[in-house]
Amino acid sequence: MLLKANRLVKLALGSVLTLLGLASAAVLAAESKVNQVNMSPGATEVGQNIYDLHMLIFWICVIIGAMVFGVMFYSIYYHRKSRGVTPATFHESTKVEIAWTVVPFLILIGMAVPATSTLLEIYDFDDAEMDILVTGYQWKWKYEYLNEDGENVAFFSNLRTPQSEIYNSEAKGEHYLLEVDEPVVIPVDTKVRFLVTANDVIHSWWVPELAVKKDAIPGFINETWTKASTEGIYRGQCAELCGKDHGFMPVVVNVVSKEEYAGWMETKKAEAAEIRELMAQTFTLDELMTRGKAVYERNCLACHGANGEGGVGTAIAGSAVAMGEVSGHLEIGINGVPGSAMQAFGGQINDVEMAAVITYQRNAFGNNMGDMIQPIDVYNHKRG
Amino acid sequence: MGAHHHGPAKGLSRWLFTTNHKDIGTMYLWFSFAMFILGGAFAMIIRAELFQPGMQLVEPAFFNQMTTLHGLVMVFGAIMPSFVGLANWMIPMMIGAPDMALPRMNNWSFWILPPAFLILASTLFMEGGAPNFGWTFYAPLSTTYAPPSVTYFIFSIHVLGLSSIMGSINIIATVMNMRAPGMTYMKMPLFVWTWLITAFLLVAVMPVLAGAVTMMLMDIHFGTSFFSAAGGGDPVLFQHIFWFFGHPEVYIIILPAFGVVSQIIPAFSRKPLFGYDSMVYATASIAFLSFVVWAHHMYTVGMPVAGELFFMYATMLIAVPTGVKVFNWVTTMWRGAMTFETPMLFCMGFLVLFTIGGFTGLMLSIAPADFQYHDSYFVVAHFHYVMVAGAVFSMSAAVYYWLPKWCGRMYNETMGKTHFWISFIGFNITFFPQHFVGLAGMPRRIPDYALQFADFNMLSSIGAFIYGASQILFLYNVIATIVAGKPTSDEKTWDGAEGLEWTVATPAPYHTFETPPQVK
Repeated sequence: MLLKANRLVKLALGSVLTLLGLASAAVLAAESKVNQVNMSPGATEVGQNIYDLHMLIFWICVIIGAMVFGVMFYSIYYHRKSRGVTPATFHESTKVEIAWTVVPFLILIGMAVPATSTLLEIYDFDDAEMDILVTGYQWKWKYEYLNEDGENVAFFSNLRTPQSEIYNSEAKGEHYLLEVDEPVVIPVDTKVRFLVTANDVIHSWWVPELAVKKDAIPGFINETWTKASTEGIYRGQCAELCGKDHGFMPVVVNVVSKEEYAGWMETKKAEAAEIRELMAQTFTLDELMTRGKAVYERNCLACHGANGEGGVGTAIAGSAVAMGEVSGHLEIGINGVPGSAMQAFGGQINDVEMAAVITYQRNAFGNNMGDMIQPIDVYNHKRG
Repeated sequence: MGAHHHGPAKGLSRWLFTTNHKDIGTMYLWFSFAMFILGGAFAMIIRAELFQPGMQLVEPAFFNQMTTLHGLVMVFGAIMPSFVGLANWMIPMMIGAPDMALPRMNNWSFWILPPAFLILASTLFMEGGAPNFGWTFYAPLSTTYAPPSVTYFIFSIHVLGLSSIMGSINIIATVMNMRAPGMTYMKMPLFVWTWLITAFLLVAVMPVLAGAVTMMLMDIHFGTSFFSAAGGGDPVLFQHIFWFFGHPEVYIIILPAFGVVSQIIPAFSRKPLFGYDSMVYATASIAFLSFVVWAHHMYTVGMPVAGELFFMYATMLIAVPTGVKVFNWVTTMWRGAMTFETPMLFCMGFLVLFTIGGFTGLMLSIAPADFQYHDSYFVVAHFHYVMVAGAVFSMSAAVYYWLPKWCGRMYNETMGKTHFWISFIGFNITFFPQHFVGLAGMPRRIPDYALQFADFNMLSSIGAFIYGASQILFLYNVIATIVAGKPTSDEKTWDGAEGLEWTVATPAPYHTFETPPQVK
């Protein structure tokens, strides 16, 4: 009997050590991003607490698992018919059954305590030093900095990975699918509150290393926050299925020093002023076409195709809209087609961009209409 | 009157008009296997696309249709009907009843299934494609932004719900009214108990699902705004309604599996099930708790913190009765005299892998940690450990265990064991690495992924192909057994098996227990 008990102990120890081995391999691998096997504590205190909680529960599970599977494998080895054993006949034991109801319950209470305190920490939105409104669109994010001086800064953040990498005609870059044209920038050591909502369907704003995931729901404004303690670039993705390009709307957060942030904010405000100036300008066809091509590739290409051949959206090459009245074309660009995947872009791109992209669509892909739309035309159309 | 006592009618009409529980059980089982192959084919397309980063085989829009149909077909077409089939075959034989209580309704509840799935599958060929909003079909992606085929999807869900409700009413009526004299509730085999409780869950939640899809239908076609914020509705309401159905639904899938395992482990341990009473109470507790934990699927929707805490605590509690079950099974093996035929292997595979799935479930219940796990591949790994290694493994065990009784022929043991080991290895290669990529930050339901996830995804795809191939072996083994297996007429195929089903002739005659047995 003693011998058997010894073996049991050895078996249990063996299982635990194997699992420990796996776990330490996990820790080593966690250093490098490639083939990471565990959650990252990330760059925030909350993230560290979540990580600790995750590891606590993990180890509790490992220990219980080692015990249960230890008994099971002991049984499988020793209590087999081929060893000539006669089966026992016992089939209940009130004491044992009560014990293994009560003990797990107590363990659960032990887990619930740290879980509750971490949850309350996550839900503490007080004392945020700045607010950013995050809006999910199919399939990009819009960030609007709600500055205290009332001079808000807003921009869209689109996937930057080119179609040629996605469709394998070019080698994939280091940050394949996790790179955007314009990252959201926040200062380090600052409690940043994100107000999360959506324009169309439900999205979810997730940056693992900032320990933030919140659903972006049309009609709701959810709150969440982060306070990054290390500067760096943190990457995440939309976590809630939101349609065709759900896999192609990454989140990139650039955490910079407070000084750098202040400088960046000044630049953004200046850019906004510049755009206001551009609105009043008249452009040449070439200028419009160059700007329009860039706008097209960022906003239209995913549905209408690289050559305007269509896809999810209708074809633009030779289309009745692109080759018809300018006002009809502007109407669809600005207000979209209700009930279809064609969104209202009037609020998403500025008037310069709208003028350029409409001009581009009318003069590219073999649609040689030769006409030009200026920002003022867009402005006038919007005012009716 | 006299004719139907002699045996089945001939030809197609036997199957179309049959009211025999064994015929209907057989049809359910074959139908669910066909759906298992179809849903598996969708999974193979998913894993083939995810074999490497970049888009290779399908477009993102089609990929979403595949994830949606894979989930719907596996949940509603493969797993649920397979256990209904098993219930049809086994419950009357286990409780000493001649047939189900409502045999004509039984016929109907089967025969509306194939048309429902035909409609669902036909959406693949419709303009705009099949449903592409995930098997959880969150509004407004499934309403305002859905392809036109969503209406067919809604109709199909209504019909499936109807079938499930009729099937459940039948099981409840049978168990309550048709037990042989002396078969008290606390003497019923555990499989009957788990199904009785499952049937009550189904009757309670299927109408909720029907309500959800009806509200979608109204939003899409009749100008209401239940789920549209623009019209004053609430997209989160959809999730509450869906998961009020959806969480009991996962226990609907797993409880009959618990029943199967509770029959098979004692048989091959040659020792009675440990803690029968606590097994019954644990099953009932799990069923009760399943109604008050639904919002743990929604920790990130922005619930108030009090709601988060309630659902977290309630969810953690489920670990208690589930733990009791696992401890009871292991203790049943303890000091038994075990042998390891295929059904037992699948049950032990179930026990190990389901327990791992239970552990990850406990981790997921912790709300703050779930902010990182939610909608990542960690969740995908978790529910495949409980759905595939739980429900599908136990179903395979059930088929090997009762197949000799059903057809009077013995399956090929070597092939059965090979099926188990390939399944077990393939399954783990597929789903274990998904824990890693999920924790590292890979969201679920994406057709393409960042480069750091590439190696584990390739591994996962290789595992999936192995697992998929092993099911062909299963199909071959079952057909080979039915056609040319070694005939057996032993009433008791397994020396340790207990229960009334082992007292009837082998193969089980078309009608059994025309006069009820006396249970001591």
